[in-house]
Amino acid sequence: MSGVRQGSEQLDRGVKKRAMAYRYLEDIAIADIAFEATGRDLNELFTSAADATMNVMIENIESIEGREGRDIELKSGEPDMLLFDLLQEIIYYKDAEQLLLRIKDVTISEGGGSYLLRAMGIGERLDPKRHEQRADVKAVTLHHFNVEKEQGIWKARVILDV
Amino acid sequence: MAKPAALQRVSEAVWELPASFKPGMRVPARIYGTEKLIGEMDDAVYDQVTNVATLPGIVKYALCMPDGHFGYGFPIGGVAAMDAEEGGVISPGGIGFDINCGMRLVRTNLTYDEVRPRLRELTDKLFAAVPAGVGSTGFLKLSRKEFRKVVEEGSRWCIARGYGWNEDLDLTEDNGCTPGADSAAVSERAVDRGFNQIGTLGSGNHYLEIQVVHDANIFDRRLAEEFGLADGRIVVMYHCGSRGFGHQVATDYLRLFLSVMESKYHIRILDRELACAPLDSPEGRDYFAAMKCALNMSFANRQMILHRIREVFSDVFGQPAERLAIHMVYDIAHNTAKLERHLVDGREKNLLVHRKGATRAFAPDMVGLPDRYKKIGQPVIIGGSMETGSYLLVGTEGGRETFFSTPHGSGRTMSRTKARKLWHGKELQRQMEERGIYVRTASLSGLAEEAGGAYKNIDEVVGASDLAGISRRVARLVPIGNVKG
Repeated sequence: MSGVRQGSEQLDRGVKKRAMAYRYLEDIAIADIAFEATGRDLNELFTSAADATMNVMIENIESIEGREGRDIELKSGEPDMLLFDLLQEIIYYKDAEQLLLRIKDVTISEGGGSYLLRAMGIGERLDPKRHEQRADVKAVTLHHFNVEKEQGIWKARVILDV
Repeated sequence: MAKPAALQRVSEAVWELPASFKPGMRVPARIYGTEKLIGEMDDAVYDQVTNVATLPGIVKYALCMPDGHFGYGFPIGGVAAMDAEEGGVISPGGIGFDINCGMRLVRTNLTYDEVRPRLRELTDKLFAAVPAGVGSTGFLKLSRKEFRKVVEEGSRWCIARGYGWNEDLDLTEDNGCTPGADSAAVSERAVDRGFNQIGTLGSGNHYLEIQVVHDANIFDRRLAEEFGLADGRIVVMYHCGSRGFGHQVATDYLRLFLSVMESKYHIRILDRELACAPLDSPEGRDYFAAMKCALNMSFANRQMILHRIREVFSDVFGQPAERLAIHMVYDIAHNTAKLERHLVDGREKNLLVHRKGATRAFAPDMVGLPDRYKKIGQPVIIGGSMETGSYLLVGTEGGRETFFSTPHGSGRTMSRTKARKLWHGKELQRQMEERGIYVRTASLSGLAEEAGGAYKNIDEVVGASDLAGISRRVARLVPIGNVKG
């Protein structure tokens, strides 16, 4: 579940020029797009994966201005499905409101046998003149979907249906 | 890419993996293709088609068409028929995220010589009239309540409001409205994602092409004439689906099925994307009703696009669409599940036929064909890459062995990520224009991903289909103008 934040909010430089902590995988998912995202903690991992997802749709994600915000709150019995749900949220807003969102301030807490994610989505409506389009993402798939910690680094592997 | 040692050739274009190949297989798996296509087949196809063979209620074979490649759960090109009365399951992976992704072919009485001088103007106006690209929205302004009516009524909703001709319904699979669609089975999120998107192409491998019929490309003169094709004539072919609406329906029910599949129905999950539930269960019935809404939304989508095509052609050539004879040839769905009656070992059975990146190809005299095609069979529209052209074929008696199913397209051989590295969108656009194909696209990098070299050879795929007797070539259609997302 997400809420609308009224008024505009500027993306801070850290988000806009965030180092790319993801790479696209060329040898799996022939018809679609696979990526691997990394992060030192879950906040970084989730924001990297969100960027990877947006970057499939928009070539120049740094051109997305922070004009609108959405509060994002998600709950799941499994922590990896929180990532699934977060990426689905980005896809949802792209279709429902033509809103391109970048994610920041992810916090994940655990309680009562389930996991709760809170984050902010900051962005603006798609402008074909400024935002270079790539491929429209239809869905996050569960194929090879994986979130794990390896040698102190969090990694996620995701295949997006385009 | 190595074929499994256990793969046996059954006939010239049919190969089989026995039911002993993998634990849990209930039936053998059959893959259609020439020796060349089989040699190049994506390894994942063998794994996926044999997983499909484990699904409860599957009848005869788990099938994969010659354009097969990796998908989710089912391979793309996958066909599986489940016994609807004996515990058969319904699987969203057997339909795809883009429910009723499909093709529509439209003929005109315009010739290449008449269109060529106005091609740029025509393509540019189509590009403006039929939005394409990421999250694109259409010209039809609907409330969410009205949208829920559209998804229950499909093309009928459009025709009733003047967005088409009555004959368009006859020439659409299911007459443009699959009965049993219930919008109560559809989430608000799915409606949110789709209610603004009717009349749009989407992106990726979706497109609208202006094509020409050449005499040298007609394989069956009599059938070409029956379908209204003649030398030098211009046709329009387009490929799109149920947009964000269908994608969300698929996502919603995949999650639901995963939560009940093992715990409630004791069906072991081999692959989360192969989640399923018995068709005769509350979850199965709800998904079927919601899926039909997406089928109908997609028919309505393609119907609205046809309306725009007629408007644009009429504007450019200064005559009403009726005078330009802009009639449909047919509209097919290639991501669906349908209840159909088929003969299985001599007995007629009610089967739920999943076609995921596969096209229905009914033979002459089959129930469901429009009257005008009863004696000749169902038109089959198979899209090639944007550089090579597409095909019109017809359903045949030999299709019985695949539940009257046939390929849907070329099938990719290379990932999008790899294709982007090999081709440059702007350069590709220029080269295509030099070769006589004028392209307008919402995404140049998306164009690179769609380069012809990233696809199987369409002639080979269609040739395999013809060789196997599951559909027969009528004509090859050559692109001259293209609108892409």
